[in-house]
Amino acid sequence: MGLTGLEIFKQLPKTNCKDCGQPTCLAFAMALAGGKASLDQCPHVSDAAREALDSASAPPIALVKIGAGERAVELGNETVLFRHDKRFEHMTGIAVSVCDTMSADEIAAKVDQINKLVFDRVGQVHSVNLVAVGNCSGDAGKFAEAVKVAFGKTELPLVLMSEDPAAIEKALEITAAKKPLVCGANAANVEAMTNLAKKYDVPMVVRGADLNELAALAEKVAGMGFKQIVLDSGSREVNKVLADQTQIRRQALKRFRPFGYPTIAFADNQDPVQAVADAGVYIAKYAAIVVIGSADPADVLPLITLRLNIYTDPQKPIAVESKVYEIGNVTADSPVYVTTNFSLTYFCVAGDVEASRVPGYILPVDTDGISVMTGWAAGKFTPEKITEMLQTSGIADKVKHRKVIIPGGVAVLSGKLQELSGWEVLVGPRESAGIPSFLKQRWL
Amino acid sequence: MAVTIAKERWTSKVNELVLGTDPNVVKVGGDSTLPFLFFEGEMPNRPVVALEVLDLEPADWPDILKAPFEGVLADPVAWAKKNVEYGADLVCLRLISAHPDFKNASPEDCAKTAKAVADAVNVPLVVVGCGVEEKDAEIMPVVGEALAGKVALLGCATPNNYKTITAACMVNGHSIIASSPLDINLAKQLNILITEMGLAANRIAIDPLVGALGYGIEYAYSIMERARLGALTGDKMLAMPVICFVGQEAWKAKESKAPNDEAPEWGDQARRAVLWEVMTAVTFAQASGAIMVMRHPESAKQFKAHIDKMMEPVKY
Ligand code: B12
Ligand code: SF4
Repeated sequence: MGLTGLEIFKQLPKTNCKDCGQPTCLAFAMALAGGKASLDQCPHVSDAAREALDSASAPPIALVKIGAGERAVELGNETVLFRHDKRFEHMTGIAVSVCDTMSADEIAAKVDQINKLVFDRVGQVHSVNLVAVGNCSGDAGKFAEAVKVAFGKTELPLVLMSEDPAAIEKALEITAAKKPLVCGANAANVEAMTNLAKKYDVPMVVRGADLNELAALAEKVAGMGFKQIVLDSGSREVNKVLADQTQIRRQALKRFRPFGYPTIAFADNQDPVQAVADAGVYIAKYAAIVVIGSADPADVLPLITLRLNIYTDPQKPIAVESKVYEIGNVTADSPVYVTTNFSLTYFCVAGDVEASRVPGYILPVDTDGISVMTGWAAGKFTPEKITEMLQTSGIADKVKHRKVIIPGGVAVLSGKLQELSGWEVLVGPRESAGIPSFLKQRWL
Repeated sequence: MAVTIAKERWTSKVNELVLGTDPNVVKVGGDSTLPFLFFEGEMPNRPVVALEVLDLEPADWPDILKAPFEGVLADPVAWAKKNVEYGADLVCLRLISAHPDFKNASPEDCAKTAKAVADAVNVPLVVVGCGVEEKDAEIMPVVGEALAGKVALLGCATPNNYKTITAACMVNGHSIIASSPLDINLAKQLNILITEMGLAANRIAIDPLVGALGYGIEYAYSIMERARLGALTGDKMLAMPVICFVGQEAWKAKESKAPNDEAPEWGDQARRAVLWEVMTAVTFAQASGAIMVMRHPESAKQFKAHIDKMMEPVKY
């Protein structure tokens, strides 16, 4: 990433043989730097040069894939420390754990619960991503049994949590085709575990006792030719995990190779509420996977929501569909509000209409997902567009009256809107939070 | 393999804002690092919690939020004391009775309530108006005078009413909350206007008008991160501690308000609602929030327990 033509040129054979279709090696290097050619087009690059160019052009954090098919999870490829610098790329995978000390029925029941952790937010479906099976018993046979139950019960990829290569091998015999995450290698088992991960071609967590040991182990595993690595610094307390996660991300962006992989964090605080708080920190601060113990929707919904918020592209807002929304038990007399289809704006208005306890219709005009004032300033929230929505959305058939409430911030639209649409325009409060008291004064 | 710890060399720090009087002062800010990164700088003061008191019985609070305050919701003084019992570092009095839609209470009435609350508790006070800019400009000078010597935090100042509120703070020794909607330049501008009137920069708290988890938290999060980076790299007009009105936002969310029978797939309301408030605060603490204005005592307790842990320094 970001290599100059000259840097690439240094690695080429410099024979100007033209086999790549370019007149000279330098021309080829320039084309490569500009993204107009691919390295494969030169048949003569040495392996060493290919390795150097590949790793220099690779993203600072490797892409790691867990699972197969539709529910596969991608991690890594992150490029920034702060979401406002660009965006975070791959949402933190949320894993909920079961233990092999639970009975088969208990495991089945909890996995059922995990499967149901699916929520509708801002018009999209969001869910938990992984089921982690822990070898709490220390027994390889029990672990295999538990893995088998979970595997049969869910489409979600598994995290196989055991540091005993024998237990992992048994579990992989059952699950390898669906590419679970092996979790994993440590200083004592690194060779055996890496060989297993290679043999079954599945990703693997590497755990160090601290950052130094982690770097050494990651280096060693990479040296064995295995790069589907997920990093675990070994810390389990939230203050330490924050420090380690920050270091790993910073070092990765500085291209310290041993830390150029996604990370995993474990929110295993004994206090169940604190565990959720810790998991929130890990989502905000760089964990690519967070493992939690609770399958209670009250615990999981805030985490899924936080993840969605933190990983939203700051340059590309989420929009809601532009259509008539009914809040509460609407009637032909219910008030009609217009707003924009920026999801944040829409959900503010929807929340406040709901808070007013007066059922109402909301019409979010399609502004390409930007807010009221931004939409107005950009010419995307205009009397013409609002009129079109009033006329074509079907709202005219749903209400008897012809009164529409607009946001106070765009009061200047009211004259033109009234003229174009023939609807009476009521200028609402600037903030949608004022809707309940506005209604008391102006509607009822 | 030895890892060279990556440390940023920040050139500047966040102002320290002092509230209340000895021996009960509360200090916030003073950071010379991003939140909780003790390996590269100081974080001399922990994020604090202000529990809210309204001067009118809240009409739209869900039962699980009212329950801990049973018997005191109509009595701001008793409510404030209860908040202190619940472990609040500060009490945040919200003078909604001044709102023209409610009681349209006079500045004198507001000042009386504020004085009574201030005299009843030993923790420092945050006092905010009713949110109607002109009305807040009328009440704050009188409230500020009644609280003279208490070193309170008064708000919320906007470009339309900052002059009278700033004057009220200057004359009576208080600090000010400067509100601007999710915009770093607007925040700076207002801080410039306020300091140009002569109020010291270390007597301002920035209110970025945060949204709750699920309701725009990411905008506030990034604005706060950017403001902190600005402060650490020498921008004096962004070097103010940030106050987050977490409670009012979190308790507006559907996820907090929907009872169990309305949203069974969301889990138990009591747990989910408290978590909504806790997670909003936890997230803002990561982005540099210094004062969390919260509502439920259980949320406050959980947030404080989380901060206890975050404040244990990791230095490598
Ligand atoms: C974030 C932001 C952006 C983001 C857009 C994010 C998005 N998805 O909208 C980006 C960076 C892309 C952007 C771009 C621009 N922006 Co801009 N932006 C903002 C900012 C900081 C916040 C907007 C926001 O998200 N608010 C939150 C949402 C929820 O607010 P809202 O939609 O207005 O909804 C509230 C109310 O209107 C009301 N409400 C909404 N609907 C309804 C309905 C009814 C019935 C009622 C009663 C009430 C109501 O309640 C809501 C909650 O309180 C504001 C400044 C500010 N802090 O307000 C400037 C601001 C809106 N932008 C502005 C401008 C000029 C622009 C640009 C034209 C140029 C520029 N300066 O960058 C471009 C145009 C973009 C384009 N061509 O598409 C100006 C508008 C000036 C004006 N008064 O006309 C503002 C006010 C900044 C300023 N002071 O100059 N912007
Ligand atoms: S094929 Fe390779 S060696 Fe030949 S000119 Fe192109 S870059 Fe140079």
